[in-house]
Amino acid sequence: MNPRIALATAWRVLRQLRNDPRTIALLVVAPSGLMILLRYVYNDSQQIFDRIGLSLLGIFPFVTMFLVTSVAMLRERTTGTLERLFTTRLAKLDLLIGYALAFAAATIVQVGVVSLIGFGWLGLDAPAGVGWVLVLALASALLGMATGLLVSAFATTEFQAVQFLPAVVLPQFLLCGLLTPRSHMLEVLRWVSNVLPMSYAVEGLIRVRQGNVDAVLIRDVAVVIGCILAALALGAATLRRRTS
Amino acid sequence: MAEPAIAVDQLVVYRGKRQVLFDLNCSVPTGEVTGLLGPSGGGKTTLLRSIVGVQKLRSGTVTVLGLPAGDPALRGRIGYVTQAPSVYADLSVRDNLRYFAALTSGADRIPQVLSSVGLAERAGDRVGELSGGERARVSLACALIAQPPVLVLDEPTVGLDPVLRRDLWNLFHELARGGTTLIVSSHVMDEAARCDRLLLLAEGRLYADDTPEAIREQTGTHDLEEAFLRLVTQPEATTQLEATTRPEAAR
Repeated sequence: MNPRIALATAWRVLRQLRNDPRTIALLVVAPSGLMILLRYVYNDSQQIFDRIGLSLLGIFPFVTMFLVTSVAMLRERTTGTLERLFTTRLAKLDLLIGYALAFAAATIVQVGVVSLIGFGWLGLDAPAGVGWVLVLALASALLGMATGLLVSAFATTEFQAVQFLPAVVLPQFLLCGLLTPRSHMLEVLRWVSNVLPMSYAVEGLIRVRQGNVDAVLIRDVAVVIGCILAALALGAATLRRRTS
Repeated sequence: MAEPAIAVDQLVVYRGKRQVLFDLNCSVPTGEVTGLLGPSGGGKTTLLRSIVGVQKLRSGTVTVLGLPAGDPALRGRIGYVTQAPSVYADLSVRDNLRYFAALTSGADRIPQVLSSVGLAERAGDRVGELSGGERARVSLACALIAQPPVLVLDEPTVGLDPVLRRDLWNLFHELARGGTTLIVSSHVMDEAARCDRLLLLAEGRLYADDTPEAIREQTGTHDLEEAFLRLVTQPEATTQLEATTRPEAAR
C-alpha cells in the first residue's frame, strides 16, 4: 500500500469523471430532479415525502456509484489498463482506495446538492442531524462502489454490466423498508431483507428521521461498513495479477 | 558473456485446453533489441505475457533480471505495451502520462517522452480523439515514462507510416545503447532486419534464435522473409539450432 499511488489513482478517476459531463449530470442532476419530482408527486402529504425522500438519500448514492464503478472497472479490465497497472508498483489496495476516495468525493458533491435542495427548499427534515445523513449516504455510495467492482468481474461487456443494476438493486429496493415497513413484511421476506445491506442504510435513515441517535443507528452504520469491506474483499479477489 | 536479461527455460503454456507454447527455450541479451517474429496466432503475445508475469504457466520457468517473472520486485521494472493500446481514452495524453509517471518515480519527463514518440503537439488532446497509430504511441509513451530496464513491446509499430516506424526503431536502438533491454514483437518481416537478434516463433515452437546475419547465412538467402519460410517449412535443412529448440513436429 502506497498513499502516493492511491492518491494519484483517485486523482485520475476524478479527472476521468470531470471529462465526462454527462456522467456528472447523471450523478448530480438526476437525483436532484427526482427529489423535486417526488416532492410534487406527494404534494398533499409532506409526511410521505419526508419518509421516502430521506430514504432515497441512501439509495441514490448506491445506485449511481454501482453503475459508474461497474462500467469503469469493466473498462479497466477489457481495455488492458488493469493488466498494465498490475505490472507497475500499484497494489490492489491502492487501486481500491483510489476508487473509494474518488467516489466518496463525488458522493459528497451529489449528496450535498440533493441535501441542499431537499432540506433547503423542499422542506425535508432530518431531526437527528444532516451529518448522519451524509454518513449513511457515503456508506451507501461505497457499498454501491464495492458491489459494482465485484459485479464487473462477471460481465464481459458494458451492456451486461448495466443489466446487473436491476438484478442487484430492485430486490433491495423492494425489501429495504422503503415501500413497506420491514416489520409488516412476510416473515420469509423479512429474513431476506435482513441479509440485504441496503435495508440497514434505509433503516438508519429512518432512525435519523425519527431523531433517534441510538445503538440501532450505530449498528446500522456498522453493518453497512461491514458489507462494504466484505464486498471489497470479494471484489479484490477477482482482480488477478496473473491470468490464463 | 553477461547474464541475459530474460531467460526462458522449458516453458509450456496452455490457454484454456489449447497448448500455445511447446517446451520453449530462449534468452534475451541485455541492452539489445530482440525481435520476436512470426505469424499471428503463433504464440508471440503469450510468450510476452509470460515474460511480463501476467500469464499462468503450465511448466518451465521464465527469469527476468535474475528473478522469476511476476516477482513483486519486478513490478515497475518491466514496461509492457500491449497490442491494443491500454490507456485511458477519456483522459488527455498528458493526464495519461502523468498518471503512469505517478505510479513509478513521479519524475517529470513528460515533454521529453512525448517528443520522443512524436506526440508533443497532442499533449492536451483527449486520447479518444486520436487516431489508432497515435493511441498506440501514447501507450508506448506510458511505458517509457518509467524508464524501465526491460521493455516488452507487442507489435508497437502496427498501423504507423514508414517515417514514424523508422523513428520508433531509431528510438528503440537509442534506448538499447543506454542499456535498456527490448523485446519487440512483429509479424512484419521487414522489421526483422532492424533487430540485433531474432526469435522466430511459429505454432508455439521456436524456429530460430540468432542474429539476422547468422540466420541469413544459415539459410543461404539474404531475404529474411525467405529465410523464415525455409526455417519453418524445412527445419531439417537447418543444423545450427540446438536440439531443445528444434521442433519435433517437423513436416
